[in-house]
Amino acid sequence: MNVAVAKTGKGRAVSDLFTSAEGRLPGSSAVTAVRREAFETYERLALPHRRIEEWKYTDLRALVGEVLPLAAAPDAAALKLAADTVKTHAIAGARKLVLVDGVFAADLSDVKAFVAEVGFKTLRETLEKDAGLLKTASTDAVISLNAAMATDGVVLDIADGAQLSAPIQIIHIATATSASAFTRSQVTIGKGARATIVESFVAAGAAAYQVNDAVIVSVGDDADVAHIRLMDDAPDALNVSSHFVTVGANVKFNFFNMTTGAAVSRLQGFITLAGEGSELSANGVNLLQKTEHGDTTLVVDHAVPNCVSREVFRAVIDDRAHSVFQGRIIVRPDAQKTDGKMMTRALLLSDEAEADNKPELEIFADDVSCGHGATAGALDDSLLFYLKARGLPEKQAQALLIQAFVGEAIEQIADDGLREHVIGIAERWLERRS
Amino acid sequence: MHHLNRLDTKMALLEVKDLKVRVEEREILHGLTLTVNEGEVHAIMGPNGSGKSTLSHVIAGKPGYEVTDGQILFKGEDLLEMSPDERAAKGVFLAFQYPVEIPGVATMNFLRTALNAQRKARGEDEYSTPDFLKKVREVSKSLNIPQDMLKRGVNVGFSGGEKKRNEVLQMALFEPSLCILDEMDSGLDIDALRIAADGVNALRSPGRAMVVITHYQRLLNYIVPDVVHVMSKGRVVKSGGKELALELEASGYAQFEDAA
Repeated sequence: MNVAVAKTGKGRAVSDLFTSAEGRLPGSSAVTAVRREAFETYERLALPHRRIEEWKYTDLRALVGEVLPLAAAPDAAALKLAADTVKTHAIAGARKLVLVDGVFAADLSDVKAFVAEVGFKTLRETLEKDAGLLKTASTDAVISLNAAMATDGVVLDIADGAQLSAPIQIIHIATATSASAFTRSQVTIGKGARATIVESFVAAGAAAYQVNDAVIVSVGDDADVAHIRLMDDAPDALNVSSHFVTVGANVKFNFFNMTTGAAVSRLQGFITLAGEGSELSANGVNLLQKTEHGDTTLVVDHAVPNCVSREVFRAVIDDRAHSVFQGRIIVRPDAQKTDGKMMTRALLLSDEAEADNKPELEIFADDVSCGHGATAGALDDSLLFYLKARGLPEKQAQALLIQAFVGEAIEQIADDGLREHVIGIAERWLERRS
Repeated sequence: MHHLNRLDTKMALLEVKDLKVRVEEREILHGLTLTVNEGEVHAIMGPNGSGKSTLSHVIAGKPGYEVTDGQILFKGEDLLEMSPDERAAKGVFLAFQYPVEIPGVATMNFLRTALNAQRKARGEDEYSTPDFLKKVREVSKSLNIPQDMLKRGVNVGFSGGEKKRNEVLQMALFEPSLCILDEMDSGLDIDALRIAADGVNALRSPGRAMVVITHYQRLLNYIVPDVVHVMSKGRVVKSGGKELALELEASGYAQFEDAA
């Protein structure tokens, strides 16, 4: 009886969320129909909880409870605040695309700098004609909610053969406290193109907000792509992001995710290797403290033969924080000669820190080389003593060892400048800690 | 008191007084007394299990040892009150018997971080990069340490000889006033030993003392001590000049087992 009431209560709250926002959600009537359907799916499933296998370690019902109302479109004051934040988080030389509280901010973005080989539209513009972007191959409650509620995003179309020397940086900025932003973007990379995409999530004065983002990436044959995601949302924020990546043939795809913020976060990446001869390097670092909960979930689907995938994941967990890594490698029956390896390690800096590592191999082909490893442990006392005996104070000795530990994942970033940028983020996190 | 000492002899750098140390409820040092003056090289010899390495670890501040009685003074200050990094900054250096490998921490970065941490603790300016590099190059050249070794992780993939040379390199860089060499000869062939010992000898100076801990007399052919102590069962049971080492080589430690 009580349970039923609670469910109705939650359902009604979501209904209010949707109906009150509907007037602000862009799209044709066809889009509205898709949104309604997605919303009904979400309402039926409600927030994921621990009895849903994929969400076993990240029980959003317990951790978050409710979805906050849609953030208002940013006013002049919000945009001013965001402009300052853009300056501090912009990667040197990058072409910036800025979303403030879920709405594309043209004045803060470098759209005019895009050359002819990069097509750009907003999600809002795209949805005037077509609802296709709201549909994804795999879906769950948060993805459905994103489809129902997405207010804006960027839609990039990088031409065949384009060689982009400057990274494209998508910066998500939150200025609205106790509100939600829903964004959805698409990046299409042409055959033989070379591109670097960076996503940054940061707060500009906002607290206790929620981010639900989705990114659909499609990589053409022979392309060379780096995709770096840096999530440093406010310490009391929620960030749930879903990536859907389809990789063509003979592609080099280098992905890296860094989690340094948010009270609760989950990045779920669904990467399909759909063309032969491709190499995927998918790596990440979670740096967590206090009571933060950070979940990195990667599903790598080898759908065709002769692809290589490598995953290196590191978590550093202090205080009472909780890190989750779920890595699934699927090898389809036809995907012979697959070479898939995954290594995840967690470093626990306190007795109350928690790490859940869940590597899974689902292999349906018989001529493959796949493996995974997982470890969890504390800093090595003998190494700490050696460093202290050489004059390093405790915290500095720890910091040096932690840097070395996460370095194993960070060094997988191919681009020198971005690698240094990420090392800088790790250093600042360590300074914050001491 | 130290002024008086300086007038008649040399200043006592390290004073270990009636030191009693336990590891997990078992007493290892049973009242050890030892004084090392500046400029002197002392050898501590003794059989396995006599407490030699325990002494070196307690002086450096390694956790896991419980001092139940006695004291250790360094330049007149209570060493046991200091954390290991404070001891290092004050000038205590332990050359490890088994230097650890630290993957992912480049040797050069480690050396600079450690040196600057010590200087900062002493209120000195950090080394400038050119000065630091110049100094590292000089010292590493004299120790036959190739530059590419300094780019690798600390001791990662180093041979036994290279690890010991890396310890001597640090001694030369940090310029400690007390160097404790814990079984420096273990795992070294004669050529590697000679290079490491030459490096140590180059660091002998009137203001610096050394304590050479060894099981075998062999090392003392290369690093010739001023004073030799024999340890047995957690105490110093005999002290003498360098000839005592040769005596031990001839007659063995058995004669001291009962004396302890």
